[in-house]
Amino acid sequence: MAGPRDWEISRRDLMVGAGAGAVLAATPKLAEAGASLASETRMPTLASVSFTVNGEGRRLEVDTRTTLLDALRERLQLTGTKKGCDHGQCGACTVIVDGHRINSCLTLAVMHEGSEVTTIEGLGQPENLHPMQAAFVKHDGFQCGYCTPGQICSAVAVLDEIKAGIPSHVTVELDGELLPTSDEIRERMSGNICRCGAYSNIVDAMAEVAGRRA
Amino acid sequence: MKAFSYERARTPAEAAAAAAEHEDAKFIAGGTNLLDLMKLEIETPAHLIDVNGLALDTIETTPEGGLKIGALVRNTDLAAHKRVRKDYALLTRALMAGASGQLRNKATTAGNLLQRTRCPYFYDTAQPCNKRSPGSGCAAIGGFSRQLGLVGVSDACIATHPSDMGVAMRALDAVVETVKPDGETRTIPVAEFHRLPGDTPHVENALEKGELITAMTLPAPVGGKHVYRKVRDRASYAFALISVGAVVQPDGTGRVAIGGVAPKPWRVEAAEADMKRGAKAVADGLFANARPTHHNEFKRTLAERTLGSVLTEARG
Ligand SMILES: Cc1cc2nc3c(=O)[nH]c(=O)nc-3n(C[C@H](O)[C@H](O)[C@H](O)COP(=O)(O)OP(=O)(O)OC[C@H]3O[C@@H](n4cnc5c(N)ncnc54)[C@H](O)[C@@H]3O)c2cc1C
Ligand code: SF4
Repeated sequence: MAGPRDWEISRRDLMVGAGAGAVLAATPKLAEAGASLASETRMPTLASVSFTVNGEGRRLEVDTRTTLLDALRERLQLTGTKKGCDHGQCGACTVIVDGHRINSCLTLAVMHEGSEVTTIEGLGQPENLHPMQAAFVKHDGFQCGYCTPGQICSAVAVLDEIKAGIPSHVTVELDGELLPTSDEIRERMSGNICRCGAYSNIVDAMAEVAGRRA
Repeated sequence: MKAFSYERARTPAEAAAAAAEHEDAKFIAGGTNLLDLMKLEIETPAHLIDVNGLALDTIETTPEGGLKIGALVRNTDLAAHKRVRKDYALLTRALMAGASGQLRNKATTAGNLLQRTRCPYFYDTAQPCNKRSPGSGCAAIGGFSRQLGLVGVSDACIATHPSDMGVAMRALDAVVETVKPDGETRTIPVAEFHRLPGDTPHVENALEKGELITAMTLPAPVGGKHVYRKVRDRASYAFALISVGAVVQPDGTGRVAIGGVAPKPWRVEAAEADMKRGAKAVADGLFANARPTHHNEFKRTLAERTLGSVLTEARG
């Protein structure tokens, strides 16, 4: 049986063979970047970092450039967390770190010494779904599913943020009681883009979980 | 991304000293702006100094009754802070109008103030840009300039400062506190913090090499009604076309700062003398020396009308 490692190698071969070379040749900008890289070579720096992922202690030796996202996906084979834009604009890479949702693409693995990271794999498993995962299934809160792990991590954190009394852009009274209204949910979920447009079903899924909790 | 070495600083003075020691060092806080730009190789630091462990993440009351906000306080925590919500609601409103929940959980007070422009030509490394590579020209002037600035701009650069938080900080007369590599500390009023581009648009602020922001302080609360209104192309998670931050007193006097129109949060104290005469009079003062492009002249009208609406809301 092919392990995750074998799979990674074969995928990389495939990409180099089919795509990357052609792109380099066709795009002068990238070719130039390649040339300047060669003339101004900086040696990669390795550093070690230890953090907890889904309750398990992990220690990694990484190139300092490794984002938390790449560490999770490429080093720990936790591929549930997705790479979308890689620039903080889409939310597909959302994970929960020390209780807060963040974009794992815009933070370095080495900046997370001692952190507790929860990914979609840690929230629940197929045989033991987190209530938010179950609600997404029930309400059809996705179509292609690519943004879904980020949506679900965000959704879980959003309900916690409302509970903690953190206001949002649409909160009318800054000293009033905060409720998980659909306006609040929509505004707070705006950092997670869904290309299939499953938004209304996501709001329904979240409202159900919020109601069940209330 | 270019390779870099990395260290975690333990004290503010140590961080500043380390930054002065390395040729090409940068501090990294939330990383949400710096890493974005490093991936595009617009920023290429050879050494990163992680300032997250500096214990600059508290909000304290000052002897004058104001607030001292640590440089590392996250945007979410600042916006949600009880005293900020009560006495500086403009700041809560401005912060919550910016970015996304995920980004605000990481973004810091200092990082937000220091975030770089969103000029599309600055981001596109195939284009000339005096800010990114001094002397190369400006692709935005004569280009697609709908998002760009109209006041405080120059022949070298018409970029805007994109921060929402900065607009509130400017209206609230915040002061930036720093420490230099030699250990000397100083304060810089936020009004003097950002530089206008002139012919050196790559010099964006008053910080010296290695100088670290340790805090921002707010003077004692000024009361009044606080309103932040951001106008953008979608209802959430987009940078401002223009934004208006206002503090309006019961007698109709007050303060106004505008975002999305200039290389810094834009406030003209003299224009505020006209607050009682209404939005047109104030906007005439704010945009007295405006030099809009064909694409962005709508911002002048949009800012005046938004201000009108904000004043009506504040007095209502
Ligand atoms: C998709 C997206 C949408 C966004 N939308 C908005 C928006 O609508 N409104 C808005 O206002 N912002 C928006 N932002 C920008 C966001 O607010 C900034 O990225 C964030 O505030 C930067 O803070 P940081 O702590 O992550 O900074 P970093 O990226 O860590 O640092 C930014 C700069 O500040 C320097 N620095 C950091 N701390 C210090 C210090 N203590 N002393 C000296 N220098 C320091 C760093 O060296 C770097 O040059 C958006 C960002 C993204 C990615
Ligand atoms: S406006 Fe400024 S940032 Fe934009 S291209 Fe011109 S010089 Fe560069």
